[in-house]
Amino acid sequence: MVATFEEKTDYSVVGTRPIRHDGLDKVTGRAVYGGDVKLPGLIWGDVLRTDQVHARILSIDTSEAEALPGVFAVATHKDFPTAADMEVETGEEVLNMKRTQDNVMASDKVLYSGHVVAAVAAVDRNTATEAVRRIKVEYEALPPVRNVDEAMADGAPILLEDLVGNHFGESVPNTNVAIAVRHEFGDPDGAFDDCDLVVEREVSLEMVHQGYIEPHNATAIWDENDRVRVWESTQGMFAVKEQTAALVGLPDSNVVAESVEIGGGFGGKTKTYLAPVAAILSKKSNHRPVKMVMDRPAVFMASGPAPGGKVSVKMGVTKDGKIHAFDGKLWYEAGAYPGSAFTAGINCFRAAYDVPNSRIDAHDVVVNKPKSAAYRAPGSPQVCFAIETVVDEICETMGWDKMQFRLDNASTEGSRNGNGVMFNRIGLVEMLEQARDSDHWNSSLGEPAPGNKRGRGVAVGFWMNGGGKSTVDLMLQDDGTVAMNEGSQDIGGSRASIAMQAAEVLGLDAHDVHPSIPNTDEIGYTGTTGGSRVTYATGFAAWEAAMKMVDEMKVRAAALWGIDEDDVEFSDGTFSSKSDPELNLGFKDLATRLGDTGGPISTTSSVNLAAAGNAFGLHICDLEIDPDTGKTDVVRYSVFQDAGKAIHPSYVENQMQGGAAQGIGWALNEEYFMHEDGSMANFSFLDYRMPTSLDLPMLETHIVEVANPMHPFGVRGVGEVPIAPPLGAIPNAINDAIGVRLQEQPMKPGRILEALAAKNGG
Amino acid sequence: MAKVFLPYELRRFAGGKGELDVAGATLGEVVNNLEEAYPGISDHLLQDGRLKPGLAAVVGYAATRQGLLQPLEPDTEVHFVPAISGG
Repeated sequence: MVATFEEKTDYSVVGTRPIRHDGLDKVTGRAVYGGDVKLPGLIWGDVLRTDQVHARILSIDTSEAEALPGVFAVATHKDFPTAADMEVETGEEVLNMKRTQDNVMASDKVLYSGHVVAAVAAVDRNTATEAVRRIKVEYEALPPVRNVDEAMADGAPILLEDLVGNHFGESVPNTNVAIAVRHEFGDPDGAFDDCDLVVEREVSLEMVHQGYIEPHNATAIWDENDRVRVWESTQGMFAVKEQTAALVGLPDSNVVAESVEIGGGFGGKTKTYLAPVAAILSKKSNHRPVKMVMDRPAVFMASGPAPGGKVSVKMGVTKDGKIHAFDGKLWYEAGAYPGSAFTAGINCFRAAYDVPNSRIDAHDVVVNKPKSAAYRAPGSPQVCFAIETVVDEICETMGWDKMQFRLDNASTEGSRNGNGVMFNRIGLVEMLEQARDSDHWNSSLGEPAPGNKRGRGVAVGFWMNGGGKSTVDLMLQDDGTVAMNEGSQDIGGSRASIAMQAAEVLGLDAHDVHPSIPNTDEIGYTGTTGGSRVTYATGFAAWEAAMKMVDEMKVRAAALWGIDEDDVEFSDGTFSSKSDPELNLGFKDLATRLGDTGGPISTTSSVNLAAAGNAFGLHICDLEIDPDTGKTDVVRYSVFQDAGKAIHPSYVENQMQGGAAQGIGWALNEEYFMHEDGSMANFSFLDYRMPTSLDLPMLETHIVEVANPMHPFGVRGVGEVPIAPPLGAIPNAINDAIGVRLQEQPMKPGRILEALAAKNGG
Repeated sequence: MAKVFLPYELRRFAGGKGELDVAGATLGEVVNNLEEAYPGISDHLLQDGRLKPGLAAVVGYAATRQGLLQPLEPDTEVHFVPAISGG
């Protein structure tokens, strides 16, 4: 079984707010991002992206591109070895490499507008772009499949002719539904008959994008010994290494991924798009390094958004205020290839509620849109929209207090999630109680502008939080500071949160631990930064490596003092003898005297952790609507979240605010707005409207700390949860303001006006 | 005995039952005993002698990272569920 830890509260470093170790480099522009990579002999790559939405490739003529002066190489799918058509575990993810390869470079069909069909390497970027224009492709246009309803309709065009669906255990050919799975326990059908109120609703959602500022980029060099070195903006350099190796036909050990800074990812940079193409182009360009950078339209059209789709909820309650039966269904748009976040959707669907009779059906559906990718709590916001609006409607219908209803039905230790798995210690009740007693929940809505309407909504969201593989190396320096190598890409301040955990054990200041992220040959395997796993798992490795360092230093102190090592103890940064109070040395003092005791000390820890960091967030949203324009303004917003233990509270608060802001945008404005032909219309930040600081009030944060017993400091992970609750809190607030329940995302002004008109009989 | 919760699609192997008591000191032994009782079921759980890619075995509260080597305490719950993946 998994080790568990007693909760502690007496920390020196954990829970403080030091300036991040990489802060100076970031604000001075010294930090090296993928776009900054410059190598001797560097040339540029570009790709041809199709304007077809669904078409068979009949021919590709690259002759004019190859003849253009300055062009070194042109590549199509024929330059890639055929990847295995099977599911392969790559770190934290399972991928079908054949389909991943087809997504990177189309073979027989293009499946979305923006799909890559050919690539060019040339002396400079303009030449590469001009050469791309000279590539001629013949297509046989096919009817597009634009959403899950079209995908599942009788006689629907089939995207992947070789796809055999697994529908509840049955193999089904000629389908766009890759997987359909069910989780069921109790007797949901029978239980609905015992309910006093049953509400059944369906919501629909459009794809949305993570909207990271830094576009995808990669530089690769394939050398004469068939070793490949890549620099890619990524959340997981080991994933880049593995996926690049698999797609270009090399053993993993032949590929080294270098660490570069990342300008946002939010899950979208867990997939590799450019590195394999740059590697093939490098190989064909006589081993010159090749650099590739997506422009913004390419990022939107061809890098993975979060799934759209639809979600239905049927919930039954008894008059004593208990949820008795639940039946939920989700159909997620995977994009062009299977692999939406439907499994996470199952786990997040009704995690906040303890329900004795439960069924969840989940469907992974391919459509002619870019292959979906993770986006912060992938799969959770969509189901939050569905279930939290139904809970709100039930409370409204029955006249129940919305916070008390959630408390009365809250999951606790021993409750079963929708997949049947029991929760261990979770902090949902403590979080709900803090929200119930908060100033926000007990305040008035305030006065709207004349003619406007105000409303308040509340919703709960969930994320499991990840574990997995992580490595940390610690190297004691002569001055008693500690150099730290860790394998996690730093997206949101994890250098600091990991270093702080080592510092806490070692009795050092946070800035006495100096974190670095080396390349994949210089650090042990570490999974992708995603799923809110890093502060938990890589932090655990830092804790373990630091514990090993303390143990070794006890041995050295014993040697210095000529006593048994069992006589040495370490507390508050000082080594001392248990039997002789005269013998004591601070950590740094001992570090200066290691030479005669055996020389340098380095320790390492590689872990592969199970994860049960289950975390919940609750958001309260006050908004104001102008009924004449449909414009919605968020006027007050509070985020409550169980962090387990906040290692660096400022970064936890930043995660809570950032996730909430993205969720608010998802709910109110953002969508892949598609032309009738199925191509994306709004592929710039002018037209794809994300909220900025000018659009939102200060998002108030309330960290709740119920320690995760599976982590030495109680960490649960925080980054994912806060994007989910806005999808429920905002429609609930809209209903509170104007009395209409919107069941389509985004809840943009036009939809609000339409709903108001319908309500008023217009 | 471990308390094994079968995925919905595999309950047909066990006559519709979703919850079974299965002997085994490790997850591997439990899967072997499941196969003995319900021939063919392990084809849906294993590939090349390991848990199938995309399948997670939750032991207690969390998905095991030790695969078939995972030791099991008596009365431990074992759930076979789709692994968290994709996005």
